[in-house]
Amino acid sequence: MSDPDGFRAEARAWLEANCPPEMREPMRDESDACWGGRNAVFKNDAQKRWMETMGERGWTVPDWPKEYGGGGLSPAETKALREEMAALGCRNPLSSFGISMLGPALLKYGTEEQKQHYLPQIARGEIRWCQGYSEPGAGSDLAGLQAKAEAVSDPEGGDHWLVNGQKVWTSYADKADWIFCLVRTDLADKHRGISFVLFDMASEGVSTRPILLISGNSPFCETFFDDVKVPKDQVVGEVNRGWDVAKYLLGHEREMISGFGLGGGAPLGEKAAETVGRDAAGRLDDPLLRAEIARFEVDSLAFRAMSERFVDQLKAGQAHPAQPSMMKYYGTELNKRRHELAMAAGGSDALEWESEASRGGAKARAWLRTKANSIEGGTSEIQLNIVAKRILELPDQ
Amino acid sequence: MPLYLNDDQAMLADSARSFMAAEAPPAHLRALRDEGSPDGFSRALWKQFAEMGFTGVLIPEDEGGLGLGHVEAGIILEEIGRNLSPSPFLTTAVAAVEALKLAGGATRQRWFPGVLSGDAVLGLAIDEGPKHRPHRIALKAERSGNGFRLTGEKQFVIQGGSADMLIVAARTAGSPGEEEGLTLFAVDQDAADLSLESARLVDSAMAAHVRFDGVEVDADAVIGEVDQGRAPLAQLFNAGRVGASAELIGVGGGAMDMTVAYLKERKQFGRAIGSFQALQHRAAHLYSELEIARAAVLKAQQLLDAGDTGAELMVSVAKAKAGQAATLAVQEGVQMHGGVGMTDEFDIGLFMKRDRALGEFFGDAAFHANRVAEMQGY
Ligand SMILES: Cc1cc2nc3c(=O)[nH]c(=O)nc-3n(C[C@H](O)[C@H](O)[C@H](O)COP(=O)(O)OP(=O)(O)OC[C@H]3O[C@@H](n4cnc5c(N)ncnc54)[C@H](O)[C@@H]3O)c2cc1C
Repeated sequence: MSDPDGFRAEARAWLEANCPPEMREPMRDESDACWGGRNAVFKNDAQKRWMETMGERGWTVPDWPKEYGGGGLSPAETKALREEMAALGCRNPLSSFGISMLGPALLKYGTEEQKQHYLPQIARGEIRWCQGYSEPGAGSDLAGLQAKAEAVSDPEGGDHWLVNGQKVWTSYADKADWIFCLVRTDLADKHRGISFVLFDMASEGVSTRPILLISGNSPFCETFFDDVKVPKDQVVGEVNRGWDVAKYLLGHEREMISGFGLGGGAPLGEKAAETVGRDAAGRLDDPLLRAEIARFEVDSLAFRAMSERFVDQLKAGQAHPAQPSMMKYYGTELNKRRHELAMAAGGSDALEWESEASRGGAKARAWLRTKANSIEGGTSEIQLNIVAKRILELPDQ
Repeated sequence: MPLYLNDDQAMLADSARSFMAAEAPPAHLRALRDEGSPDGFSRALWKQFAEMGFTGVLIPEDEGGLGLGHVEAGIILEEIGRNLSPSPFLTTAVAAVEALKLAGGATRQRWFPGVLSGDAVLGLAIDEGPKHRPHRIALKAERSGNGFRLTGEKQFVIQGGSADMLIVAARTAGSPGEEEGLTLFAVDQDAADLSLESARLVDSAMAAHVRFDGVEVDADAVIGEVDQGRAPLAQLFNAGRVGASAELIGVGGGAMDMTVAYLKERKQFGRAIGSFQALQHRAAHLYSELEIARAAVLKAQQLLDAGDTGAELMVSVAKAKAGQAATLAVQEGVQMHGGVGMTDEFDIGLFMKRDRALGEFFGDAAFHANRVAEMQGY
């Protein structure tokens, strides 16, 4: 293995010098994530500094080419950097659908101008993106989408698309600056009638309505388009071939979501002992819960190894293109199990929803939030269908 | 006795079903939640429960109740579960009433009329940590003058803040970890040196943390005999646990019905999602789990009503099985609803929240599976 030892030592020294101490404390919950964007809200100075410093260095996207704002690192260097960040407890400097979803799609399908324009903004956290895929009638059957874009030639304002329709479950649409959006450009062909467009959420005719989740938060929205004008050059890939871009992006989204399975922090059993107690031999004082947690940890540690292997194989071009579906399925089911067990361990304390002692019901709300993991980015059932069809090559029903 | 409802029981089921669906459907819970109801339930509904005769279901006929058994209480609870109807029924009319049957005449005469009229709410002060571990009870009751002085803390006292009286499990002998040496007391909730802090739970019910800073009670506050709290506590637990199991069957059944209806209605890929075999099999599996859990619950109820010595084992089987089946129902329910299942607007998430709290109440599935192992001697 070409372990870039020189790089590793250098990266560590740089991280130690540049990562603010506050950004080396574990994130307490979703609200500690840094999303950047035009209207970025930072929890503190350290968070802002950390995003900007990493952005300047290109290490928000270490493996993207330098000319697009990335770090230009090799797969081995990228891995070393991630390991050093983990070892030092550095927080992710920038959570971003631009990084995890749109960027990879632009790198593969974007024009040179599009890459030059959008990628550095993503790397620096200047523009926050949201994903306009799902519609009320098109969830699992995403290609059934109906929001449409009509070509309009306008001698005065230039040619553009006129977008009309509705999206739903658009995460953070109310906070996002831009949207990457699937629209129908040909009514006759289900899969080859979809285009992948980018536009500013501040465009006239865009509106959002937040939807309340069972966790009591509202991170996602209904999103409406009413005669939204989108300049012609804001299509990624060929017109009517947006489905290819969409699917490629979904692979990256699923890879990202599978990371929820990694958990982090102290082993679950250790945390459980705080509420459940230990017997004289130091074992968790609930033999069945202990057994369930131990079985969970076996799967979790094995999944951790699988994640490392998957990324290594992916970078080496050895992963099956449908492998992200397996990862997404497994990682999200695992994360749901983790939170079920955390709730079981927490007992009645964990049921509290508003109290100060429960930090406003943090445990219960996080548990409920994980239920979406096996739905967002394509449901578990859809991932299993993909694995069965594309990897196992099982016949259609 | 056949393991299905007889005609009278089926009639009770019909009236409980139409009553809950009309008076306390999920929209009722939502309204209470949204207005931040300090009780977490409606006192007017509790009065209606009394008018229907529900609150006296387990109270003997010669004391003004219906004198029915756990099967009948369970019938009402299942409909409560199916409709997510918030009420003090399980704690007050089922668990507390069963314990009070072993109390002296004066205590019964003091509390049964209020339960019958839907005025009284009775709380259960048993758990002291986040998990249900009754043998670890440490709250101390020391002799003091003519009575006792109680010192210690309780938590997860459902509707404790709204209660008129708390049934308190206290240690009068031995040390935490021992099953013997407990005594049950009926303590006025507004007693001096008793302080209480309520917290809203995930299912919008209120639960209290209660502190006893040397609370003085008379000797006649004892339910049953001093140091012999095991008997009334067992009676309370059996009733509470089998009752919670019945309610869980309702929660699980309600979630399943909603989900099956959605599988028929929601279309993707040009067909009802319920036509996909992957979902059909899971729905059929869920049905099987719930049917089996329902049988276990009914068996436990009948054994309890018959005073059978095997009842306690079956009660734990019922609580563990109903808990697992209901949890499966709500998990499958949310998953099969897809994105809408995650929204507050749809009811399925409310079922998931209720299941979580009810599953924990009186011991979760792991607690009861472990108890089955103990009772079977391994
Ligand atoms: C928290 C959250 C955030 C989200 N964020 C975004 C976002 O930012 N942008 C965006 O575009 N979308 C987003 N989504 C939407 C998400 O991608 C969809 O919810 C998902 O694809 C499922 O679609 P649906 O909700 O319409 O469910 P449906 O497709 O109606 O599915 C209902 C059930 O049927 C099952 N099913 C459907 N088809 C089959 C089949 N062929 N075989 C077996 N089972 C099947 C499903 O697995 C599911 O269990 C988000 C969703 C959630 C919950």
